[in-house]
Amino acid sequence: MTGAPLIQLRNVTKIYGTGEAAVAALAGIDLDIADGEFVAVMGPSGSGKSTAMNILGCLDTPTGGTYHFRGADVGALSRDQRALLRRYYIGFVFQGFNLLKRTTAEENLELPLVYRGVAKTERRAKAREALAQVGLSDRGHHTAAELSGGQQQRVAIARALVSEPLVMFADEPTGNLDTAKSHEIMSLLKSLNETRRLTIVLVTHEEDIAAYAQRQVRFIDGRIASDSLRKAAA
Amino acid sequence: MIANAFLLALREIRNNLLRAGLTTLGIVIGVGAVIAMVTLGSGATKRVTADIASMGRNLLIAVPGQRRPGTLVAAPNFQVDDALAIRRDVDGLSAVAPAVSRSAVAVAGNRNRTTQVTGTTNDFFTTREWPIARGRAFSLAEDRSGKSVCVLGETVRRELFGTQDPVGSRIRVDKISCDVVGVLSPKGQSTFGQDQDDLLVMPLKTVQRRLAGNTDVNMIWMSVARASETTRVKDDIERLLRERRHVASGAADDFQVSDMREVTRMVETTTGILTAFLSAVAAVSLLVGGIGIMNVMLVSVTERTREIGIRLAIGAHERDVLLQFLIEAVVMSALGGVLGIIVGLAGSAAAASALKLPFVLRPEIIALAVAFSAGVGVAFGYFPARRAARLDPIEALRHE
Repeated sequence: MTGAPLIQLRNVTKIYGTGEAAVAALAGIDLDIADGEFVAVMGPSGSGKSTAMNILGCLDTPTGGTYHFRGADVGALSRDQRALLRRYYIGFVFQGFNLLKRTTAEENLELPLVYRGVAKTERRAKAREALAQVGLSDRGHHTAAELSGGQQQRVAIARALVSEPLVMFADEPTGNLDTAKSHEIMSLLKSLNETRRLTIVLVTHEEDIAAYAQRQVRFIDGRIASDSLRKAAA
Repeated sequence: MIANAFLLALREIRNNLLRAGLTTLGIVIGVGAVIAMVTLGSGATKRVTADIASMGRNLLIAVPGQRRPGTLVAAPNFQVDDALAIRRDVDGLSAVAPAVSRSAVAVAGNRNRTTQVTGTTNDFFTTREWPIARGRAFSLAEDRSGKSVCVLGETVRRELFGTQDPVGSRIRVDKISCDVVGVLSPKGQSTFGQDQDDLLVMPLKTVQRRLAGNTDVNMIWMSVARASETTRVKDDIERLLRERRHVASGAADDFQVSDMREVTRMVETTTGILTAFLSAVAAVSLLVGGIGIMNVMLVSVTERTREIGIRLAIGAHERDVLLQFLIEAVVMSALGGVLGIIVGLAGSAAAASALKLPFVLRPEIIALAVAFSAGVGVAFGYFPARRAARLDPIEALRHE
C-alpha cells in the first residue's frame, strides 16, 4: 500500500440534535480503507454503521474529526462538490434497490451517465455492457417494476458499476432477498472485487454475508469494537 | 442535460396524463380567454372605425344646439347663408353641404314608406363619400331652382320598387310629386345601429320651399381637404359661426361642430379600455392556473421524493434537479399556452362570425401569451423545484 489510503477517517464523530437531546451516533471513529479492499461493516441496529456509511458515501458530513477521500477533506467540501465525488468515484447499492420503478433497466443504468454528460449512444453501449456483467442482457427493456427482487438488485449493482467508480457502498444489499438470491448477489460482488479490484464497503448484520468480505469491522455504540485487519496484524 | 430534462418532463406528463391535463386546463382557459378578449376587442374596434369612416373621411358636422351634460339644448337652426359664409370664408374645405331633414311618407304605386327626406346639395354626396349607383346626381339647374327631383337610398328603393329600376319613375313625397333621377349605393348600418340607406335626397330648395316652408338648415356637412388641418379648420368654422349667430364672448357655443376623427378616437379609446379590462379579468385566471401548477408540482415532488434521493445520491447537482422540475412545470404551462391559443383563436373566430365582427389576428398577443404562460411555469414551478433540489438525499432515500 503506497501513499494515502482511499478512505481515511480520523476521530470522526456524528452528533444528532443539540444540548441535552444530543445523541452521538458516532463517538470517534478511526478507519482506513485501501484501494481494492472488500470490507464488511457489521453491528447491531443503532450501532452507527449506517451513519458511518452515509459519511463514507459523502452523503453526509461528520460533526467532528476528518474524513479524507482520495486525499480530499470531505468535511470541507460543498454539497455540490460532494455530489461530484459521488458522480465520478462512488457507486451505491441499497437494501431497497432504489431503482426508478417505471423506467426500464437500461434507462436506469444510463442515469449516472446522464449526469456525467455522456452522449446518448455511448450511454446505451455502456448500459448494455454493465447489464451483461450482471447477467441481465435480456432484461434491458423491462421496467424495474417488472423484474424480480434479485434481478432488481443486479440492475442496481450494474448501475453502481456503469460509471466505473473507485468504490462501491452496499447498504444491506441482501436485506430484501431470500438466502439463495443473497448468495448469488454476494458471489457477484466478490467476483467484482477480485476481477476488477473494485473497492467494496458492505454493511450487513448477517455473519454469513459478511464472510464474503476479506475484512470485518464491527460497530458497537458508535465505536469500532473490532477490526479483523488489526486483529490479524496484532 | 436540458434536452434530457425535456424528454423526462414529457414522459412524466404522459405518465400522469389526466392530472397534467386538468392542471393545464387553468392555463388553457386563461390564455384562451385573454386571446379571445383581445381578438374580439380588436375586431370590434376595427368594425366601429370602419363604420365611422363609412360616414365620410375628414368629415366635420355642424349642428345647432348647446351640449349640456345629458342633453342638447335647442337653439335656432342655421340658414343657407351660414353655409355659404363657411364656404367663402374658411380655407381648407373641399365641400360644404347644408342639409335639412324631416320625416315624410314616400309613395310609389301602391307601396309606401315613411323615411327621412334630406334636402341638400350635390356636395352632400361628396362629403359623405357616397357614390350614385344608378342614374345621376342633381343638375346645377335642379339644384338652383329647387326642382322636384330625388335620389333614393337603397332601402327606400327596395321598399318602393323591389326589383324594378326606379330611375325615371315618378313618386309622391308627402304632398308633392317628384321624379327619381338616381339611386345611392348601399352603405349599411351605422355604428349606432341606424340604417343609413333609409333616406331620400332632394335639392335643398325643394325641401325648404315645398315641404318645410322655411329657409332653415339643421345640419351642415363639411369635408376637410387635408386631414392635418382638421383642428384649424374646425376652430375657424366655430369662430365664424359664433360671430354670425351673435354668441357673446364668454358664452358657450349654441351649436356644435363634431370631428369624426375625434369620435373615432373616442370609440377606440373606449373599446381599448374595455378590452384591457376584460383581458385583465382573463389574466386572473392565468394566475389561478399558475397556482394550480404549483400545487400539482408540490404533490409531484412529494410523490417522487425517493426518485429525487436516487438522483442526488448518484451525483446530481441541486441545479440538475431544480432544472428538471422547473422544465416540467414550464413544459406543462407552455403546452397549456399553446392549447389556449388554439382554443382562444377558434373561439374568437366562431364568436366573430356569429357577431359579424371582423377577425383580427394579433400576432404580438399570441407571442405574449406563449411567453407569459412559460413565465407562469417558471414563476410557479420555481418554489416546488427548489424544494425538490434542497432535499437531503439521505432523508429522501428513506422516504416511502
